[in-house]
Amino acid sequence: MKTLRLLAWGFLLSIFVATLLAEFVAPAPYAEQFRESPNALPSWQHPLGTDELGRDALSRLLYGSRVSLLLAPAAALLATLIAALVGGVAGYLGGWWERVAMGATDLSLSLPWLFLLLTVRAMLPLNEPPMTSVVITFALLGLLGWSPSARVVCAGTRTLRNSEFVLQARACGCRGWRLLLRQVLPNLKPVLYAQFWVSIPIFILSEANLGILGLGVAEPLPSWGNLLRGLENYSAVLNNPWRVAPLGLLIIVVSCFQLILPLEDFRS
Amino acid sequence: MWIQRLLRHLLTLLLTALLGGLLGATLMRLAPGFGVDERELDTRLNEQSLQVLRQSRANERNILRFYAQYLRGIIHGDLGVSPSLGRPVAELFSERAPVTLRSVALGLLEGWLLGFALALPGVMWRGWAYDLLTSVVGGIVVCLPSAVLAMLFLYVGGPGSLPIALVVFPRIFRYSRNLLLQTYSLPHVLTAKAKGLHSTRILLWHVLPSAAPPLLALVGVSVSMAFGAAIPIEVICDSPGIGKLAWQAALGRDLPLLVNITIFVTLLTLTANSFSDLIGKAFAKQPT
Amino acid sequence: MRRIWSPLLLVALLAVSASTTAAQSGRELRFYLPAEPKTFHPLVVADDSSETIRYLTGGVLIRFNRQTQELQPELAASWKVSEAGRKISFKLREGILFSDGMPFSAEDVAFTMRALMDPNLHSPTGDSFRSAEGQVKVNVTDPHSVVILFPAPVAGLERLFDQVAILSSRSPKKEMAVLGPFYVADYKAGSYVLLRQNPNYWKRDSTGQRLPYLDSIRLDIQQNRDMELLHFRRGEIHLINSLDAESFDRLAGEMPSAAHDAGPSLDSEQMWFNQVSSAPLPTYKKAWFRSQNFRRAISEAINREDICRVVFARHARPAVGPVSPANRFWFNQALHVHPFDPQKALRRLGQEGFHLDGKVLRDREGHSVEFSLITNAGNKSRERMATMIQQDLAQIGIRLNVVTLDFPSLIERISRTFDYETCLLGLVNVDLDPSAQMSVWLSSASSHQWNPNQKSPETPWEAELDLLMRAQASTTDNKKRKEYFDKVQQIVWDQVPFIYLIHKNALSAVSPSLANATPGVLRPQTYWNVEKIYFAPEKSGGRR
Repeated sequence: MKTLRLLAWGFLLSIFVATLLAEFVAPAPYAEQFRESPNALPSWQHPLGTDELGRDALSRLLYGSRVSLLLAPAAALLATLIAALVGGVAGYLGGWWERVAMGATDLSLSLPWLFLLLTVRAMLPLNEPPMTSVVITFALLGLLGWSPSARVVCAGTRTLRNSEFVLQARACGCRGWRLLLRQVLPNLKPVLYAQFWVSIPIFILSEANLGILGLGVAEPLPSWGNLLRGLENYSAVLNNPWRVAPLGLLIIVVSCFQLILPLEDFRS
Repeated sequence: MWIQRLLRHLLTLLLTALLGGLLGATLMRLAPGFGVDERELDTRLNEQSLQVLRQSRANERNILRFYAQYLRGIIHGDLGVSPSLGRPVAELFSERAPVTLRSVALGLLEGWLLGFALALPGVMWRGWAYDLLTSVVGGIVVCLPSAVLAMLFLYVGGPGSLPIALVVFPRIFRYSRNLLLQTYSLPHVLTAKAKGLHSTRILLWHVLPSAAPPLLALVGVSVSMAFGAAIPIEVICDSPGIGKLAWQAALGRDLPLLVNITIFVTLLTLTANSFSDLIGKAFAKQPT
Repeated sequence: MRRIWSPLLLVALLAVSASTTAAQSGRELRFYLPAEPKTFHPLVVADDSSETIRYLTGGVLIRFNRQTQELQPELAASWKVSEAGRKISFKLREGILFSDGMPFSAEDVAFTMRALMDPNLHSPTGDSFRSAEGQVKVNVTDPHSVVILFPAPVAGLERLFDQVAILSSRSPKKEMAVLGPFYVADYKAGSYVLLRQNPNYWKRDSTGQRLPYLDSIRLDIQQNRDMELLHFRRGEIHLINSLDAESFDRLAGEMPSAAHDAGPSLDSEQMWFNQVSSAPLPTYKKAWFRSQNFRRAISEAINREDICRVVFARHARPAVGPVSPANRFWFNQALHVHPFDPQKALRRLGQEGFHLDGKVLRDREGHSVEFSLITNAGNKSRERMATMIQQDLAQIGIRLNVVTLDFPSLIERISRTFDYETCLLGLVNVDLDPSAQMSVWLSSASSHQWNPNQKSPETPWEAELDLLMRAQASTTDNKKRKEYFDKVQQIVWDQVPFIYLIHKNALSAVSPSLANATPGVLRPQTYWNVEKIYFAPEKSGGRR
């Protein structure tokens, strides 16, 4: 297990470095169209082949990783923090507070937030650089994605509130916020971790789905989301199996994340 | 006494759902492209027809007045008429709700069974290889866009509920595994283990009751997750359900349809959640 | 009502499941509708799926032959246009029955025309007849003759009747009683439409056999184009009306006899600059967009050949103007595609004071040239075209920001708020006649996309366009009309209000087991002669 975790660390680190050094590592600029060779097979010049417009697939993957690997975890962190705050406080205080907070959570689970995203997009100037709109999209995803976890966190807190060690702590004179922050929240860690790791790919994918509505990353900037959208063209994937590369990388990265910070933390 | 409480509960539920409808309508009203009809680009239409087309949605401009009208309609059992599909909403619902309800219910069931079945052995008999394997399987599924999952099933063939199950499953799997692990390390479970109790008995008597409240909270969440997943899946698979209707309502800026769908989904989410809350509380009161 | 229907529906479903085997023996044609038909009423049809149903079920007085591009008599045995295109008189065929057995007469034509010209109807079909204010008079002179008098001349009048499916004035089934080769037998919302052979259809083949040959047509609603192709390859459906280039090439590789490329279609893809004077844009940008040289330069900086090759895998042709070469009569042969020449484009821009500052193009006042292009999200080929244009313009120092929007947001920007700089969209041409494009070219019209609803023409060339379009509409002499419309095309070529990019080819797929299917360019590409299509006996199949 230990060697696996080390391997995972090593892999993540090398990916991270590679994306940061994309300018030097990538075989070509991500937007350059080699129009003479669209849909090319892997070659020395294009190790992962090219896409429909003849853009180098490896370079797009590297630059896309930079966008997604930085922004999706940030959004997931934001969502998890809000969930911890709302769910934790509601579950800890209980009673009327809990009912209102959970009512709000349920509402936010079922509202068509899509329109908020559309509205925000409409308020941005059209000549905004693609990077700004990506950051805003991910920030919104983070701000809106807290509700599923808040419920679970709330339920977890409720159980902890009545558990023996919290009672003990209370008996020892630990009260209020101190009790919440020192005793309850640390014990929610496993729930929060699970939430966090699951959210990362979900946010990456939501960005891809938003692309269908024109709310994702704008051309020519690549992201894992719009690279994954290429997978929907089933027959193209069958003909060019290396198109699966972004998916493979995403899976490996998510698995690595899961290996590095798994359940051991609370066992010790 | 309990009837009174139940009634109060139901009333809050209803009011929240209606509030949800109003908020949903407001979100759509504020979004760009409201009151716009694709037919406006038809070059065959003359100016008068275009004017009529533009005026036809004018009564939806004032969202509060629209909502008041809508509520008045509801009291008379009238859910309104969808302007983009040109048919009464009630009719659309009665056609499409069964499709979605069935696939969502089946998908949830399959997702839970799968998630739980994979999580439990890993927790009861710890082994890193199994842990790794299940994590990777869960990881792969969670990374696949639901649209891609849907496509895959379309090509290979298979029940429409399975993509929904696969969307729900990873979350269930991870939560329940983490929770079970945590519960297994609680003092009273350790004590039971030390006493040499049978593993089934430990699971049923000591672990599940402690893990139940958060797990049940997840039931409610998974309902809304499954509905969220139903939208892209139904759109890709062209199955005539509520998810596809919701998509059409969004693209066509169909206010009456959207309000009804929002209320429907809110009601469903609320019911599922308050149900799991109630049971969860009952569990929590039990001494463990 | 619903309750009565459900046993019927069950029977239909059973029939459908039983017919899975029947389809193999060759009696049921199957293909997909891309979306739910919004109406079955032929007079208010506005969407593609309803149009399909109307074509397959509706009987019309005059049919525009999709292959010969000529008019042919259908329910009307003959007709005559007089009074400079104000009046048309029909002599109808006798002894024809509606699908429900009601006899067809001049009263039905009169009823249909009155319903169509009802000012409260507001349908595309009705509006194409409305050239001026005033009443349309319909006179039934005898049971098989009818005369229609319009308040003003209607250009290309007789061709418009191709879209008018005749309703029964007396049938209790109302618009569901039809005169076409098929009738709607069953419909399940969101799922399928089942058409059956009209037992009373009047046409017969040369041997005297009743048409249509097919027993039924099953139209499943399926918007996923990948699935459509897959099911076609499996033999579950027999027709695909329009394929994208990628799927076409794949199909052509596997089943060469099934893939048909009929050459450039009537539809075009174009981009345009926002020239609305009240638009919320900086003044210097408005000045760019209103400069003829600027628009011409952009047009010359776009490599259309590359777009055809990369985005459409050569199944497209660079566009000259609004009229596709597929429109044999109206296409202006004298015009040629703006040549791709970035150097020439830069010289042209130089005349307007633009200059290259390193790699950035700047205008006279030093503003760097940067603008945005909006297009509808979810359309892959349009997104790819936009990305290619982006790179082409980068070559001459222009920064183009591509923004994809969902359709309602896009329409709001181009028709209400005018908060956009350039837009890339396609124009679907159903009709060959220039009158159909009237509202695009008239400066007062709201479909005059680059600067709609002008009180009076803001530029001399738009004033000339107005004059020419009105002139071509006021005469029935096609030679003169062609002269006027050639001039329109010339002005559009010079002034570039629209940068025409490409005409997509009409790509379709027809199962080799179908005989008599000859896919063409005009809609409906594959089944325009549906009454004559049949399933060839097994042996001869695929050897056409």
